[in-house]
Order: sequence, then C-alpha cells, then structure tokens
Amino acid sequence: MDKMPAWADVVLIPIISLILAGILSTLVILAIGENPLEAYKLMIEGALMRSAGWGYTLYYATNFMFTGLAVSVAFHARMFNIGGEGQAMLGGLGVALACLFIPWPHWSLAILGSSIGAALFGAAWALIPAYLQAKRGSHIVITTIMFNFIAAALLNYLLVGLLKPAGAMDPATAKFPEPTHLPTFQDMFATAETPLFRGAPANVSFFLALLACLLVWLLIWRTKLGYEIRAFGYSQSGAKYAGISGVKTIIIAMLISGGLAGMMAVNTTQGEAERLILNMTEGAGFIGIAVALMGRNHPFGVLLAAILFGFLYQGGAELALWTSIPRELIVVIQALVILFTGALDNMVRMPLEKLFLALRKKEA
Amino acid sequence: MTLMTKFLGAAAGIALTAGAAAAEPAMIYDLGGKFDKSFNEAAFAGLTRFSEETGTEVREIELQSEAQREQALRRFADAGANPIVMTGFAFGNVLAEVAPDYPDTKFAIIDMVVDEPNVRSVVFNEHEGSYLVGMMAAMASETGTVGFIGGMDIPLIRKFACGYAQGVKAVNGDASVVANMTGTTPAAWNDPVKGSELTKAQISQGADVIYAAAGGTGVGVLQTAADEDILSIGVDSNQNYMHPGEVLTSMLKRVDNAVYDAMIAGADMETGFNVMGVANGGIDYAMDEYNAELVSEEMQTAVDEAKAAIASGELSVHDYTSDSTCPALEF
Repeated sequence: MDKMPAWADVVLIPIISLILAGILSTLVILAIGENPLEAYKLMIEGALMRSAGWGYTLYYATNFMFTGLAVSVAFHARMFNIGGEGQAMLGGLGVALACLFIPWPHWSLAILGSSIGAALFGAAWALIPAYLQAKRGSHIVITTIMFNFIAAALLNYLLVGLLKPAGAMDPATAKFPEPTHLPTFQDMFATAETPLFRGAPANVSFFLALLACLLVWLLIWRTKLGYEIRAFGYSQSGAKYAGISGVKTIIIAMLISGGLAGMMAVNTTQGEAERLILNMTEGAGFIGIAVALMGRNHPFGVLLAAILFGFLYQGGAELALWTSIPRELIVVIQALVILFTGALDNMVRMPLEKLFLALRKKEA
Repeated sequence: MTLMTKFLGAAAGIALTAGAAAAEPAMIYDLGGKFDKSFNEAAFAGLTRFSEETGTEVREIELQSEAQREQALRRFADAGANPIVMTGFAFGNVLAEVAPDYPDTKFAIIDMVVDEPNVRSVVFNEHEGSYLVGMMAAMASETGTVGFIGGMDIPLIRKFACGYAQGVKAVNGDASVVANMTGTTPAAWNDPVKGSELTKAQISQGADVIYAAAGGTGVGVLQTAADEDILSIGVDSNQNYMHPGEVLTSMLKRVDNAVYDAMIAGADMETGFNVMGVANGGIDYAMDEYNAELVSEEMQTAVDEAKAAIASGELSVHDYTSDSTCPALEF
C-alpha cells in the first residue's frame, strides 16, 4: 500500500513546494528594498491578465512541454537524459535544413517536414549516448551532458561558417522563406475588433506540444512498448526475466526522448525566430528536468508544470521591464522555484509521508 | 478581492498611466549587460547624464533571452515610452518588424541601419578613429611591429582593424601589423583570459603597442600589456585610467553622446541615417592626465592634422564594410 493518497502526491507536494519558494522569494525581494506584493502583482498581470502575456507564457510553456516530456519518457526507463539541450540544438539544425533547402508550398506541410527533421536530428544525437549506455555501460548522465557541449560546438561551427549568409554579423542562418512561417496565435485568434495576442510568439506548435503530451500518455500507459519501458525502469532484472531486451528498451526510450527534445526547435526556430540562431535553446533543455520532476513524469503533470515555468519566465521578463529588480535576482527567484519543486522534493515529501502514516495509524 | 489588493491595484494603475503620460524614454541593453566596461556601459553613461540633467527617470532593461528583444520593444512602445533606444546590431531584424506597428513612437538603434520612417540609425565611422590611434601606435612603437586584438570576427571589427592598419602604414610604411580575433561567437566579447593569451602571443612576435577592440575581452589585453610593460590602446569608452601610464590612448566611440542626443530630443527626435564620425565629434581619441606623458607634442600635432584632414574630407580612410576588402591588412 502507498504511503500517502495519490492526491497528496500530485497536488499537495507541488503546492507546498511552491509556497516555500514563494516565501523565500519574498524575503529576497524585501532584502533588496522592493515591494514583493507589487512584484507578484506585476508578474501575474503581465503573464496572465493580458492575451499577449498568455502568448509569451504559452510560447515558453511549449518549449518546456517538449523538453519535459523528453526527460520523463527517458525517466520511465530510469534513464536520466540531461542532454535535452544538445538534442534541441540538433533539432534546430534539422528544422533549419528542412526549412531552408526544401521549397515547401504551405506551412502545414512545412511543419510536418520540420518536425520530422527536428525529431530525427534530436533522436540521432541521443542515439550515441544510448548505445554507449546499453552496450558499454557508459553512464548516460555523463555522456548526454558531454554531448551538449559537442552539440554547441557543432552548431557554432555551422552557424559561423557554412550556414551564415555572406556579410552578416549575427551567427545565424538566413531567414526561412515565407511559406514556412507558422501562424501565430495572433494570426489564428485575433480579429479586427479584438486584437488578441498582439506580437506574442506563441504559435501553432503549442498544439503540436499538446498532441505530444497525449501521444506520450498513450505510449507509456496504453502500449506494449510503454509497458516494457516502465517494466524495465522498475526492475531491470525483472524485465530481463520477462523477456524484455534491455538494450532495445534503452535505445528506443532514448530515441523517443531525443526526438521530443529536438521538436522543441520547431517552436523556437520555425515559430519564433524564423531563422536558426546560436542560443536558440535558452536553457529549456535543463528546465525540462525540473518540469518532468515537478510533473511526476506524467504528461498531464508536465503540461501543468510547463505552464507554471512559462509563467515564471514571462513574469520574470515583466519584472525586468517595470521594476529595478536586477536580472540576476530574477534568475535567483526562478532558481528558487526550480530548487524547491525539483531538487528538494524529498524535503517536503518525507515529513508529509510521516504525517499521513501517523494519521493512518491513529485511524487503525 | 480585499480592500488591500484593490488599493494596491489602483496605486499601480496610477503609477503606470502616469509613466505613460510623461512619454519618458526607454533604453534596452543587449545580452552583454549594461556593465560591460565598454559598449553598453557607454550607453548607460549617456543615459545617466540625461537623467541627471533633466531629472527624468528612464525605463531600462537588460535582456535575458532572444525572445525578449521583440517583447521589450513592444511593451515599452505600448506603455508610451518615446523614444526607445537600443544598443547593438542584433536588434536590426526585430526592429524592422516592430517599428511599422508603432508609427507614433520613435526608435534609435546604435551600430545598425534600419530603414523605417520612425527609426534613427546611428552608425559610427570607427575606421576613422582607428586610423588616428593607428598613427599614434606606429609613432610610439620602437620595434616597428604593432598588434590588433579584435573581439568577435565580424565585418564591424574588421573595419576597426583595417582603419588601424591604414593609420600605422601612413606613418611607417615598413611597420607590420599583427591582427588576431578572439573568436567567432558572441562569447568572444567577454573572454579576458583569451585576450591575455593573445596579447602574450603578439608580444612574442615583437609587438610593443596593442590595440584592443574587443569589449570585455579588452580588459585582459590591457592588463597583460601593462604587466609585460608594453603600451596598449583602449576602445569605445576612455580606458586610459585603467592602467595609468601604460595605456597610450583610447579610441573613443561616443555611444554616450548618441544615447544622450536621442533622449534629449525626446519624442521630436529626428529620424533617418545618422553617421557619427571625427567630423561631428562622434569619434575621437582620448587625452587626459593618465596618458599625457606618453604622447609627445610631435605625435599629437601629427594626429590632430590627420584628424582635421579627415573632418574636412581631404583624407579618406578606407571602410572595410563598404567592399569587404582592406588595402593595408590581410585577414
């Protein structure tokens, strides 16, 4: 029997963690002489009370959904993929190549092509660490993080040399041709009378991310492959006894994970910048780890956690715009939330478990 | 909603609308941050001068991510900030898209040309200033070899190097110029350790005056040059004070003046193409008490003559970005 009811696991722990992070952030803001109430109000108004604010929140959330799903799929096989950053960079390369060198007639086809490109490149980047783990026992944490650096260097080389248009100063590719531009929320929902999502970068790839959440849920809980991944994750020797190949499971789980991380680039590269830029991932690969942890590796949890982190990013930008809180401290506030919801999970969990056990004993 | 939150909301609302009505200027710094000791910090100096003189508060933001470029522009424009000033060529693409949406807002971009009716594009003739400090380097050099250390290898920095080399050759046709770039990515703007290594390498090739046009990387160049007891030349801001008696001069790029001018003009700022050069005081070389002993009278006369000749149009310095070639230096 579980130590505590499911609702406490899914709802209570994240909320308590958030409150703790909020209290510490309040102290930080007070310490630099700003008004915390006003700061939170600015964050909420800027991120959630305007349609353009939602446009940014959901744009960031799209990135975090893809990278969060990537981490959680791998984690179901107890593979800790912290190479989402590198896989997303390669995904960006896939998107750029698909958009620049194939003459797409319409965005609906282009997004299919670029998604496949992104997923293939991202998966290919995860394949080598997966192979090394499955066959050679090199630890996946070490290899995936090392591959982030190789990806950064590779992208660097390509953007500075081969893919940069002649005479340009920015290390970036040329702008993608017009037919590959994805419709933004503004194009989709705004009318002449109600200008919604003005200038916000959220685009149609948000729905791609929702679809990815659904597919991952189906994969993990409704297919044989998902069962094998979970079985392997719970007990490698048990899975082997049941006839599940460890090598195959590790490699397939990592390929799916890398592909999902890569697809993040559809949002940033094709949806927002419309060209491949050097720092296109902006750390979303790492935020994905916190998102997956907070979402308990469940696609629905990942969705909610991604929106929370999207809110933090957009709210942080609003703070930077309208207050004199320096950007370094905004990063501190964001980091506190990651710390409490991601890394310090057990700090809240253990006392709660004890509490529930004590209550249960009393009842018995 | 409690009374307290209602009250707070009203107060914040009043504060925001009050800000919008005053049409205060706004400043957006590029990813390097405003305290880079060089380019962005010069912009900050111009802003500080403006707000001290006028008592107006200026909204400012240091960017954290690429997606924020457009966001910051739109949010400031929506709030009624006017004019909106930004530093760095990386804003070019974004501003070209945003500016037409806000025809009543004026924008000023530094180091890039954006051809919109409500944008002032400020570019500097860095090659002219580099020519002047190149002349001084050649005159101060005893070995006949001088160095150049650039930041990121982009056409803009090659423009510095090319002007510098032309200045050197104008004084001493036999002098050789050793030129290195720190890197090919934006990280090259803030890598003082690599700057220091390049300085040592150039010294071993005989260079005894080194010009750093490398943002934060230049701090390492100037430090190592001072440690090794050779002369260095600073860039953008006046960096003579950093190592008194060891920095020959600094090539001044008056980003502070450009920012100040744009802000003081306010909503009536004239738009269009704005070239800051030696002729209108946008580009200069630095003289102060820290380098007075290093610059001989003869040196200063020669440089001032060249400066006057450039200003009057008699002497024209080749601009690398005009045709991507340099007569005086091979890259």
